[in-house]
Parts: sequence; C-alpha cells; structure tokens
Amino acid sequence: MSPAPTSKPSVTPSAISVRNLRVKYGEREILHGISFEVPAGETLVILGGSGSGKSTLLRTLVGLEQPSSGEIWIQNKDFASISDDERDELLKKMGMSFQGGALFGSMTVGENVALPLQEHTNLDESTIEIMVRLKLDQVGLSGFESYMPAQLSGGMKKRAAIARALAMDPEILFFDEPSAGLDPIIAAGIDELILKLKKAFRITIVVVTHELASAFLIADRMILLDKGVIVANDTVAEMQKSLQPRVRQFLDRVPEPELTGEIDYLQMLTGDVPPQRQ
Amino acid sequence: MPLTETIGAATLDSLAYVGGLARLTGGALRAVFILPFQGKKFHIGRAIHQAMSVGVEALPITSLISFFVGTILAVNAAYELRKLGALHFVASGVAIAITRELGPLMTAIVVIGRSGSAFAAEIGTMKVNEEIDAMETMALEPVQFLVAPKFLAMVLMVPCLTCWADFMGVLGGGVFGVTSAGFTWGSYIQATLDALLERDIMTGLIKAAMFGLVITAVGCQEGFLTGLGSEQVGRSTTSAVVKSIFLVVMVDLIFTTIFYVTSPR
Repeated sequence: MSPAPTSKPSVTPSAISVRNLRVKYGEREILHGISFEVPAGETLVILGGSGSGKSTLLRTLVGLEQPSSGEIWIQNKDFASISDDERDELLKKMGMSFQGGALFGSMTVGENVALPLQEHTNLDESTIEIMVRLKLDQVGLSGFESYMPAQLSGGMKKRAAIARALAMDPEILFFDEPSAGLDPIIAAGIDELILKLKKAFRITIVVVTHELASAFLIADRMILLDKGVIVANDTVAEMQKSLQPRVRQFLDRVPEPELTGEIDYLQMLTGDVPPQRQ
Repeated sequence: MPLTETIGAATLDSLAYVGGLARLTGGALRAVFILPFQGKKFHIGRAIHQAMSVGVEALPITSLISFFVGTILAVNAAYELRKLGALHFVASGVAIAITRELGPLMTAIVVIGRSGSAFAAEIGTMKVNEEIDAMETMALEPVQFLVAPKFLAMVLMVPCLTCWADFMGVLGGGVFGVTSAGFTWGSYIQATLDALLERDIMTGLIKAAMFGLVITAVGCQEGFLTGLGSEQVGRSTTSAVVKSIFLVVMVDLIFTTIFYVTSPR
C-alpha cells in the first residue's frame, strides 16, 4: 500500500481519492490502510466476499463510518476535515442506493423522491412534482408516485431508491449490492439502469457487489477486497486475465480450501489469520 | 468482577446514558429555537402531525383514566375523612392531589405508553431498515428532521393534556362527592376553587412539560440505540417504557422537592 500523503493531492480529475484508509470497529480493524482513485465519470466496482470490508468501505466513503486514520478526498475536498456545512454541500452532490432500498416506510414513493428536493432546494411544489415524475420515469416507475414502499416488489424498491438517489442530480452515485436478492431478470434490469445512467449522465459510480456477472457488465475498473486489503485494482480486461491466486479463486468461484492442520483450525477459532493467507 | 467495580461501571453507564439524553435534548432545542433563525428549515408540519398524535388522539384514554383516578381518590379520601367527620375536605384533597401530582403523573404514564414507546419503535425500525443512514447520506440531520418536531409537540401537548386530565380528575372526584359525600355540584366546585392555588396548577404544568422532555428524549434515544434485527426494536420499545417511567418519577421527585422547598406556605 502506498504511504499516506501529508498534503492535499494535486487537482486531478479524480472524483474520489482514498489514501491509506483504516477503519476500526472497536479494537477490530476492518480496513487495513487501503488506497485507490476513482476518476470522474468512471464506474468502479468493489468486489469481495462476505466480511471482506466492502460494505464498511462504502459506508466510510459516504460518511456513515469514521476512518480511524487515512484520508478520503471527494471532489478534491478532504471529507474528514471539512466543516459540517461543506460536508452537507458535498453530500448533496452524492447519491446512495442502499441494499434494501432504505425508503422511508411512512412516505409514498413520490414523497421519498421529493424529500431531498423539498429540503435542499427552493423549488415550488409543482416543479418538485414534475421532477419526481421525471426521476421515477428514468427508473421505469412512472405512475407509482402514490404507492407505499411496502406495496413494491424488491426490484421496484431498488429502482425507487435509485430515483431518490438521483433526485438532486448527483455527480457521484454509490450502490450497495444493487442486484442482491433479486431474480436474474430483475437484476439484469438494474444493471441496465446503471449502464443507462452511466452513459446518459457520465456520473461517477461506485458499486459494491459480489455478483460477478453484474460487476463485469457495469464496471470500468474493479477492486477486489480481501480481509480488509486490496488484492487487485485493475480494469475489467486486466482483472479477467489476472493470474493472482486470490483473484482467480474469486473469479473462478473456487471454495476456500479445508483447514487441514490443527494449528490452522485453532487460529481460525481464535480469530488469527492462518499463516499461508497473511 | 468485584462489587465496587460493578457499581462503578453501572454508574458510568448511567451517567453516559443521561449525558446522551441531554445531548439529544440540546440538539432538538437548538433545532427548534436557534437553527430556524440561521436559515435552516423547521418541520412545523411534522410537529403539528405529532401534536395531533401525541395530544388530541390521547384525549379519550387520558380522560377516562383521570376521571376514574379522581373518583378512586375521592373514595379513598372519604374512607378516612368520614371517621373524623370531615367529608367536606374530600373536594380540596382531590383537587390538590390531582393538580399537583396525579394529573401530571397519570398523563405522563399514558403518554409513555402511547407515544414514548411509539417514538422508540418508529426510530428503531428506521434504524434497522437503514432509513436513518439514508437520511444522513441525503444531508438530512435525523435530530433536526425526526426528533425536534417530537420535542416541540410533546413539550406543548403534555401540559395541555395534563390540564384536561386535572379537569377530568376533579370531575371524577365530584361525581363521588355529589352522589355519596353530601356535596352539591355548586358546593363541590366552590370547595375545589377555594382549595386550589394558581401555584398548585402551575407546578403540575411545569412538571408536565419536563415529563414531555424526558419521555421524548428517552423514546428517541432508545430508538437510535436499537441494534440490528427486528427483535431489537421490541427491546428498545420495552426499554423506552421502563426507563421513561423511572426517569419521570425521578424528575417528579426532584421538582416536587424544589417546589416544596421554595413554597411560601
């Protein structure tokens, strides 16, 4: 991993720059000093198995977790050290689609999409109403304004969540497991929607997923996280050709080898990493 | 763990919890009274909606409970007073006990059951469903958006409900007074008015406003402390009710003591 810089990085077209990021939950470190860049307009897919730290990374990028050390620069602003007002301004330029949608259950779909516009703009209600219709139309949910989230299917909830994330015309979009738990047809529809957004608006997109087919379809660049460290950071083509054992294991869907020795087994029980994987 | 260490840890946890309540209350009061003057939106519509739910919709059950408590109080007072031939003190006893203590306390218990638990369940469910996280990523401050309207509604509506509960309690006592203690409606009302001081009603209402603050803070804090999983929402709701009742009684004790010490009588 590259060492942490001490000064602001030069102004580059990078929408996101992560430097030597470490995140801890209590005493347990989840991310062990990771660094990467996301150029503006690019789609980065963060791959990794369960417990690899990819969701923690995404939550840290959007400010829901605090790094224990390291830096996150978003649009050339240090996310950790800016004032609350600057942070709010930056958040308004970002949209986040959560794994379960995270739609407000007490509001209709239309009210969910309208909320950021009502809170952060001075637009009148009729303009907001039109914008809500436009956003819902973009995600294929025209006519569902008055539905409650509980009345929607899993795929529709994700689409509605994307419409809400798009409400403020964000420059950076984050997706947490966009196709998890969906049938292949609905999942393909979500992938298609992300591709459409990418082509139409040139939005910087960061997607966390473990769905390989989806990842290869939407990514410009991929990161493979394993136990809190980046084991590969390549373009899609390079990733597919990679001979790195951990990458091949993940892409070829090879199960973890059985723990053969007693020491390995004890290390697994005590939480220590077996020596061959350190 | 040694006993002293256990007591120390429990004390620190309790202080941290009360500190959390104070921080939440401070944040909500700032959102209601300061931030609107700095150009931030205050959700008055949400506050009105909460006031309807906390106050207006609680009127029937508060009325019923206060009425019966007033009657029970009058019956119990009469049981002792008649031995002394002092049944005419029933009206004043009921009036003072209801306005100073039982009106605010019974109202607080009804509000804890209806609204404090609902706050914990609402915010807890939002936490489990990542709605609170979604709010934060949309640059919406949960305290400002969710908690502040509840605080305003409770601080205004709990005293209003208490006023009504006082009236219903006195009415309940009056029914017994008129039917079984030799009062007429006119004499009962006159005896009540003679016994009551403005201070009695005001101390009750000040306590009611403080109860409103405590119930909201505990309900919301328990919601925010909800862990992962839907069963945690149930745990938060139970915890909100138990802690609210305890803290309301503690606040009651503190304020009653202050009013007693500062009383000119």
